[in-house]
Amino acid sequence: MLFKSRQAVSQLAAALADNDNAVLEGRSLWQDARRRFFHNKAAVVSLFIIGLIILFALGGSQFAQYSYEEIDWLALSDPVSLGRPSIETGHYFGTDKLGRDLYARTVQGSQISLLVGILSSLVAILIGTLYGAASGFIGGRVDSFMMRIVEILSAMPFMFFVIMLMVMFGRQIILIFVAIGAVSWLDMARIVRGQTLSLKNKEFIEAANACGVSQWRILVRHIVPNVLGIVLVYASLMIPGMIVFESFISFLGLGVQEPQTSWGALINEGVATMEIALWQLLFPLTFLVVTLFCFNFVGDGLRDALDPKER
Amino acid sequence: MTNNRIMQVQDLKVHFDIQPENSWPWTKPLSLKAVDGVSLDIFEGETLGIVGESGCGKSTLARALIGMLPAREGKVAWLGQDLTQLDKRSMRAKRQELQMIFQDPLASLNPRMNIGDIIAEPLQTFFPNMPKAERKQKVQDMMAKVGLLPNLINRYPHEFSGGQCQRIGIARALILEPKLVICDEPVSALDVSIQAQVINLLMALQKEMGLSLVFIAHDLSVVRHISDRVMVMYLGNAMEVAEANELYTNPQHPYTKALMSAVPIPDPMIERNKTIELLQGDLPSPINPPSGCVFRTRCPQALAKCADYAPALQTLPDAEHQIACHLIGP
Ligand code: SF4
Repeated sequence: MLFKSRQAVSQLAAALADNDNAVLEGRSLWQDARRRFFHNKAAVVSLFIIGLIILFALGGSQFAQYSYEEIDWLALSDPVSLGRPSIETGHYFGTDKLGRDLYARTVQGSQISLLVGILSSLVAILIGTLYGAASGFIGGRVDSFMMRIVEILSAMPFMFFVIMLMVMFGRQIILIFVAIGAVSWLDMARIVRGQTLSLKNKEFIEAANACGVSQWRILVRHIVPNVLGIVLVYASLMIPGMIVFESFISFLGLGVQEPQTSWGALINEGVATMEIALWQLLFPLTFLVVTLFCFNFVGDGLRDALDPKER
Repeated sequence: MTNNRIMQVQDLKVHFDIQPENSWPWTKPLSLKAVDGVSLDIFEGETLGIVGESGCGKSTLARALIGMLPAREGKVAWLGQDLTQLDKRSMRAKRQELQMIFQDPLASLNPRMNIGDIIAEPLQTFFPNMPKAERKQKVQDMMAKVGLLPNLINRYPHEFSGGQCQRIGIARALILEPKLVICDEPVSALDVSIQAQVINLLMALQKEMGLSLVFIAHDLSVVRHISDRVMVMYLGNAMEVAEANELYTNPQHPYTKALMSAVPIPDPMIERNKTIELLQGDLPSPINPPSGCVFRTRCPQALAKCADYAPALQTLPDAEHQIACHLIGP
């Protein structure tokens, strides 16, 4: 008995000694944040739904019985009864007022809307982060000059500018990207600049300077990873804004070119016929609303997970 | 401590230009005289303590010594070479010999890097071609030296206590085997019990590696414990410089006397009977310092000539004791 317990003790001691030599893994702030994010049910569910919607946009056309520009003359002859959503006719979401398959058109519209939302956010974030980080990091006169430019740009009547572009160059999807991306980076630049300024005075930046680390490496290794959290949160809240914006332009009839479409354009058409064919409004509207909700929940989850008060 | 002088500072001035608020961009900026003409020597292997109220320019002075802040005037001779004249590149190369330990242990570590990377950063900067394994070995050796378990190398700063974070900061400063380390209030953010550990660690490492330390603090007892010599600063000027025991037992300058009278004495009988000389008034603004002796607005013994011209720092005949006051000497 005694012998046995002594053996156990020596085993324990050996195990502890082993433990002492093994390198202990630390948990970085990113890992912490990820854990916190995945504990947030609303955010995880939303992320899942966004994934589904993206899948729908990418692969939904596989299941469509019609192409998005093909007119079903039969359905057109009696849109209210034959153009109804039904599995038998193959128009899962019904048809629009021109007899085109609404399911295929929603898939197409989702592609455009998501593309606009994500791509123009990316553009905005890339320009905004670089510009803001550079401005804050260099500081002094350069900083004031760069920020004056931002102020001047944000004083421009942006809506007017977009509409003018559309009228002048015609309705091209690329123009929407450019127009939205070019203006929405302004806020991003301001936010990142503010963060960079406050980081620049942190002692660890001074410590890096004292160690002789080059300015470029300080920017890349010390500043950017520390503003990334904020950028991520802002990005997730920016995407829905972009989608709404595109929808708004399309709703005004200035967005994508027919026969291509987007959620906004579909809603616009649906509103016109909503008294006789409500589904033409409901389907695209549901997609838009659900997407916006989900992005906002994900953004909230990210913000909680990457809370700047974490330390 | 040897008599080998490694740094010689002459009449160093660090001024900051301050643009008054709501002014036009072309108005002349005000000049804040954070350090206004300090001369000092640092010897090999010694610890020079710098004390003074907050705002007296001690941190600024320390940063200017290692070229982290530009000097307006004066010379900082490091092993015979004037650092203020060096271009950015050669100054960066000198950083290998001149390192710094910071006040807030946690804030001085990048929260997104693990401590292995943090301690290795100076190595990576100066020896980019060093093989990874060797670098890691060096980092772990250094961690053991400062009393951290080497298997914590992949942990992140937020997983450590304040005292441990300061050890990480020390490891980072010492990994390049510098000759001079500036310690900017390295223990004032720590608990008292931890303070002693960190101080003793610093002293042990100093002996082992032959470092010279410049130790800044406002806690006078801590400074006395670690320093060989102490410099008292007031409003950007050196008031008194002396060997630590000499300064604490035999302060000469009115300002030093006032400071010393506030240090608690561990004997209750003496402590009860002693009088604390409270200084009148506030620290004047370094933007517009008093004429003559900067201390004259608060000095209990000020003379008429104190307002006319500033006293020079002069050495007392009997000891290594320098003092800037009209009461002493000519
Ligand atoms: S020089 Fe004059 S004002 Fe200054 S400390 Fe000496 S006595 Fe006081």
